Amino acid sequence: MDAAVVPAVEVEDLTVAYTGSPVLWDLDLQIGPGTRTAIVGPNGAGKSTLIKAVMGLIEPVAGAVRIFGKPGREVRGSIAYVPQRATLEWDFPTDVLDVVTMGTYGRLGWFRRPGPSERAIAEAALEQIEMSSFAHRPIAQLSGGQQQRILLARALAQDAEIYLLDEPFQGVDAPTERAIVRVLDDLATAGRTVVVVHHDLQTVAEYFNHVALLNVRIIAAGPVATTFTEENLRLTFGGRVGVLAARAGSV
Amino acid sequence: MNPEVEILLIAVVTSVACAMPGVFLVLRRLALVSDAITHAILPGIVVAFFLTGSLTSPLLVVAAAATGVLSVVLIEAVHRTRLVAEDAATGLVFPAFFSLGVVLVTRWAGKVHLDTDSVLLGELAFAPFDRFVVGGADLGPVALWMMSGILLLNLALIVVVSKELKLATLDPALAAVLGFSPVVLHYLLMTAVSVTAVGAFSAAGSILVVALMIAPPAAAYLLVENFRPMLVVSAVLAALGAVGGYGLARWLDVSIAGSMAVVCGLIFAGAFTFGPERGLVSQFRRRSAQRVEFAARLLAVHLLHHEGTEREDVECAVSNLNVHLGWSEPAVGRAVAFIVARGMTVDKGGVLHLTEAGRRFAEDLTAGVAQPGSV
Repeated sequence: MDAAVVPAVEVEDLTVAYTGSPVLWDLDLQIGPGTRTAIVGPNGAGKSTLIKAVMGLIEPVAGAVRIFGKPGREVRGSIAYVPQRATLEWDFPTDVLDVVTMGTYGRLGWFRRPGPSERAIAEAALEQIEMSSFAHRPIAQLSGGQQQRILLARALAQDAEIYLLDEPFQGVDAPTERAIVRVLDDLATAGRTVVVVHHDLQTVAEYFNHVALLNVRIIAAGPVATTFTEENLRLTFGGRVGVLAARAGSV
Repeated sequence: MNPEVEILLIAVVTSVACAMPGVFLVLRRLALVSDAITHAILPGIVVAFFLTGSLTSPLLVVAAAATGVLSVVLIEAVHRTRLVAEDAATGLVFPAFFSLGVVLVTRWAGKVHLDTDSVLLGELAFAPFDRFVVGGADLGPVALWMMSGILLLNLALIVVVSKELKLATLDPALAAVLGFSPVVLHYLLMTAVSVTAVGAFSAAGSILVVALMIAPPAAAYLLVENFRPMLVVSAVLAALGAVGGYGLARWLDVSIAGSMAVVCGLIFAGAFTFGPERGLVSQFRRRSAQRVEFAARLLAVHLLHHEGTEREDVECAVSNLNVHLGWSEPAVGRAVAFIVARGMTVDKGGVLHLTEAGRRFAEDLTAGVAQPGSV
């Protein structure tokens, strides 16, 4: 990466451990502004942990996270985070528009209530992801794919510079996957930085221009064309996914 | 005011005050934490009662509420060691607090007016004896003033941080990221629960408070689909429970707090059974309607399948359907009635024939079957 460009996300010497053994070990990673980066690695590689550490949801044992050159904890509001959808309490009695409006809470701060302008932002976000007709649907009635789109709409309502998505394509239907990809395109066009924990090796080259291969440590990171190689995939996943790696390499 | 009106007012205000934090307890799946807190406040109440000699002194509320919050802190500290699961941690901490309270009460039982019965069940009937007197003027029962104050505090809390509590309940991670500390909000709520439990203690004791906190919000959850209506409906049901409970207690000459808890329980049972969307009855109705509709679809496909074949008269005869489809006669009757009523089939001399609409309906169904996975 050009040394003059300040990375959107910079992870330096990051180590995270839950109980003794590190989940992430001395990680260095730079994500350039305006790139679309897939974080790829086997189960237990620490992909979600990396995202949570960047978001400040986990306290690292060592290392630092910088966002546009500033310490992470100062500017976390400028990152929109789309968690795995299972982490939400979908039984909560409220409707879709209310949940999407929650994306604006960070700007509102404590005690101020959302008003018409916040609602307008939420409605625009719903429209962008083609869910306008669901605005007043109770969230308990949504399918998995719809839940995922609502979470993305909520992140859009945050209007952030950086979008971190944790497995947004996990178990969603084809229309949802297409809708999410369209929104990622929109974000890229607008110059936003998008980082996605991604499972499907087949679509990495199609959806992303950068990739970080992770397995407790960073195996390789850089442009998809030069980094997403069979050799690197084997180093990341080990021999056991030779077939996957071969297929993905041929994309 | 006559004492009966005063008791009724105290009952209503206590009940509504309990239901407000109860809404969040139910939504955050912390119903049993209220049980823990209401028990854990006992040693605080006993010690403060020895010092102040009154069950309704502000110092007692503060001291006892602090014990309640302390129990929550301890539960989480024990849980964080990862040696004990959270429910076990709850089950370990609150009996320890409660038993300490019971020991203290029984040790000094002779000297103070605080016996185990009123600790467990409360005694609303005595509430009007403790008067709030300022400069010789009687302003009503202390319990009414105290519970009204607590109700106002709870309402203020909900008005001021409802957005934050909502977010921290629905998605704690996002709340943390956006700067609304879920830990701060959690303890704010736990403080409200503790203060409310202490205030309600003299009226409802330490066990029945749980019913007042949980039953009305749990019923409201089954009746409405949005957060704000849930708060309003919870308050209304809580008030109904109080009034109904008081009436029941007068009628049967039994414990007021006990009757209130019973009526709150009955209200929940009513919502659980007859709730318009999620009640048992409407769920049963919806499921049987779906069964009939599904059977009608199968029947339409069956008719299409045999339409124009040699055996049509046999296969599509109403009297044979139960044998051919393996259904009971009433089930066949319901399915036939369903598609005849919708104009998809006509009955000609005991044999069913698809209409144009019915044919299209059945063809659409089979088209879907022919291409599995098509969306």
